[in-house]
Amino acid sequence: MKYLPLLWANLWRKKTRTIFTLLSVAIAFLLFGALGTIDDTFENPRTGLTGVDKLITTNKFSLTLLLPFSDVQQIATVPGVAVVTWITWFGAYYQESKNFVFALPIDTPTYFDLHKDEFVVSDAEMAAFRNTRAGVLVNSALMKKFGWHVGQKLPLHSTIWTQKSDGSLDWTFDIVGTFAVKDATQAGQQASTVLFHYELFDEGRSFGKGQVGWLEERVIDPSQSGQIAQQIDALFANSPNETKTQPAKDFAMSFVKQFGDVGFVLRAILGAVFFTLLFLTGNTMMQSVRERTPELAVLKTLGFSDAKVVGLVIGESLLLCLLAAAVGLAASYTLIPVIRSVLQGVMTPPWLMPGGLGLAVLLALLVGTPPALRAMRLNVVDALMEKR
Amino acid sequence: MSETIVSLRNVVKHYTRGKQDVPVLDGLDLDIAKGEFVALMGPSGSGKTTLLNLIGGLDSPTSGELTVAGERLDRMSSGQLARWRAHHVGFVFQFYNLMPMLNAQRNVELPLLLTHLSASQRAANALAALTLVGIADRAKHKPSELSGGQAQRVAIARALVADAPLLVCDEPTGDLDRKSADEILHLLQILNREHGKTIVIVTHDPKAAEFGSRSLHMDKGALLDAGTLAA
Repeated sequence: MKYLPLLWANLWRKKTRTIFTLLSVAIAFLLFGALGTIDDTFENPRTGLTGVDKLITTNKFSLTLLLPFSDVQQIATVPGVAVVTWITWFGAYYQESKNFVFALPIDTPTYFDLHKDEFVVSDAEMAAFRNTRAGVLVNSALMKKFGWHVGQKLPLHSTIWTQKSDGSLDWTFDIVGTFAVKDATQAGQQASTVLFHYELFDEGRSFGKGQVGWLEERVIDPSQSGQIAQQIDALFANSPNETKTQPAKDFAMSFVKQFGDVGFVLRAILGAVFFTLLFLTGNTMMQSVRERTPELAVLKTLGFSDAKVVGLVIGESLLLCLLAAAVGLAASYTLIPVIRSVLQGVMTPPWLMPGGLGLAVLLALLVGTPPALRAMRLNVVDALMEKR
Repeated sequence: MSETIVSLRNVVKHYTRGKQDVPVLDGLDLDIAKGEFVALMGPSGSGKTTLLNLIGGLDSPTSGELTVAGERLDRMSSGQLARWRAHHVGFVFQFYNLMPMLNAQRNVELPLLLTHLSASQRAANALAALTLVGIADRAKHKPSELSGGQAQRVAIARALVADAPLLVCDEPTGDLDRKSADEILHLLQILNREHGKTIVIVTHDPKAAEFGSRSLHMDKGALLDAGTLAA
């Protein structure tokens, strides 16, 4: 700590250069924080279907291909399956396409049975939902976001489903209540969810009647999940609608992989950024040390050993990189809510801050070592002669 | 007979420049007693600064025995020499060599970073050294805000602060006007006479040499004479 004032003073010897270097490193760590968070979201998707006892059954060939509703009855007969429910992708937005709403038509009894104890809904609002054909339950965060209130009409535009009555893509619902989720890790993903009755959807749509998007099952014994999944798929083998049943987490992974290998792209971008940064910061450090050759010689003259001089240069590099990383990572934290507004389920991964600071230390060592070695090898007499 | 603080016996120093071997000091013998104020004079290239660097432990002789403050510097590694310098010698340079981004007090504190003193003790000692050289009122000023004479006083305070018994000064007045130069030389004389510091200075200035108790003349790597001057 006693060397900190010296390190700090050295760091600000050329203010403009230091500010620009700090900015470039901070921006790199801002990208690290933001892209790392997105990458983590894609690698560890939070589907709202947590728990090892949940399975998802989709069309074997594509999530966009529907399954016949009759599959529900057959799957319910598989030993070990406790509950089966069904859902279809509604693809909705509110007023403008940027206002994505995760609207799900659900079969109320089976959906809430399968997700028992996962939602917080008042009894009165649940009763109102059950008794209102066009009723919807809206996530309280979404209510707050758009300033909605219970009792109002909710117009939603579906990008897929036209209405049988007039061919319109616009559907109107009644907000009868709100819900929250108990698991805080699911709060982000559920923040845009609107639940409405499957009957309304199925009877109102102009096509696809009697078909469902995917099925969700809860199994009695999670250790039997794999075997049960095989049994379900065996039911529909060689049929026109073969199925693929997998754990909820794997389903979520395959869902996000539809966007391509996002993780690879993000990591490639970060790799390029840090590779460039290595040269930029390394060059700055080298130049800074080169300019201070006589001063380093004076320190050695005063009795600073080679090791201490190396420590000072590395220390300066650490100070620069850690300071910039802290600024960049802090800025990335402030970006998370913005990212969350366009990408559901985004949460700051717990490894972000320690990982970022670890990366900063690694960067500091990489860029600080060459100038530190140069300073260590400095011949005091020659360096002082340069000053004369 | 006063105690000897610097002793050179048949000291030879050669430098290698490319493939060329350049002899600088040629079998030098010299004794400097504790409490002396020695002025080293001679033309450029005569070996004055090389001799000063050897005495200050900045460089090692090619051969010969070099004993300073009771320790054989010719046998020390560079790491040992660094530790030795921190405790036994203070340096004053022609161009002050202060850290431009640190204020006067922080500059003086630098050698104390190598001690176990607390921050407050370091600050107090630095201020005491600045007071001794008469520049405590400029403690918070950076080198760019000081005149040449003031900057050299700060450099002398830095050389004194660790209480080294030996001060080596390379052209300490070479960058100063006559008045400032005399003030610095007077200050060095006080440090020598009243505080018992042994001082070795390299100078081209005959007037500067007059402040010393002895002047040594060098030419082509050898000492020409060693006359004792009246102070």
